[in-house]
Amino acid sequence: MKSLEELKAIREQMKKQMDVRDQSDSNIRVAVGMATCGIAAGAKPVLAAFLDEIQKRDLHGVTVTQTGCIGVCRLEPVVEVFAPGEEKVTYVKVNPEMVPTIVEQHLMKHQVVTGFTIGAAE
Amino acid sequence: MKELALHLLDIVKNSTAAGATLVEVCLTEDEAQTLTIVIRDNGRGMSPDFLAAVSDPFTTTRTTRKVGMGIPLYRLTAEQTGGGLTLESTQGVGTTVTAVFHREHLDCPPLGDLPGVMAMLIQGSPKADFLFTHTLPTGSYTLDTREMRELLGGDVPLDAPEVFLWLTEYLKEQESNIKASHGTL
Repeated sequence: MKSLEELKAIREQMKKQMDVRDQSDSNIRVAVGMATCGIAAGAKPVLAAFLDEIQKRDLHGVTVTQTGCIGVCRLEPVVEVFAPGEEKVTYVKVNPEMVPTIVEQHLMKHQVVTGFTIGAAE
Repeated sequence: MKELALHLLDIVKNSTAAGATLVEVCLTEDEAQTLTIVIRDNGRGMSPDFLAAVSDPFTTTRTTRKVGMGIPLYRLTAEQTGGGLTLESTQGVGTTVTAVFHREHLDCPPLGDLPGVMAMLIQGSPKADFLFTHTLPTGSYTLDTREMRELLGGDVPLDAPEVFLWLTEYLKEQESNIKASHGTL
């Protein structure tokens, strides 16, 4: 039986990591397009997969945000990755099966998964 | 949109986009399987002109396209079940969107992943507060992010992946608790 009190434990556990995570200049930001078009195309399981994968790998310094319509509705679900000092990368037609690859290659090793990008799709 | 929960994910985002600091989401299903979903926010509200036009797919606040399908699709889904949609809005006060669905109607989509959607809404707008209530004839539960915030203290944001995963599991459990005596579900 889960209770709200468990949040206190999460707080304690996260306190230790906070110092690392708060240096936001070095943070990578992952933005998932979650407007009507994105949701209808299946952005919800994609967002859940990112959050799950990041937690599973205990990855710090990555922020996952939700954004509105990026403007290419036909290529949804769209995911943008902003890494400091690197060019923005736009992944298109993302499904949950692609997420572990993006996390491992791009977020952890800084290697763009070229085959999933908008450049490859267009 | 194949599930009502996905509509909810879409429509509630309008509230946070309108600068709401508190969004109440209330799902109530009665014995006759009539589901009423009320979304009430304290955002900036809509002008009477915009309010009158907002169900038109060619009205939108988005800047990337000239179509906005969120409210029109939500309205259509409600009306297809024999229910309907009501919008009330006052500038500077907020907006209330009330939708009625007849769940026994053939054209009513399934409710879908309500816990996942609520967790995602909270993750997506960590600065806003949400008061979420789900009531079935067999039981009811409420989630208030203000209580969560208090327990998490100032240093853990509501959009942390750890909080999201905990919240999804917590809500799933609350859902099964209120359905426990609900034979058919």
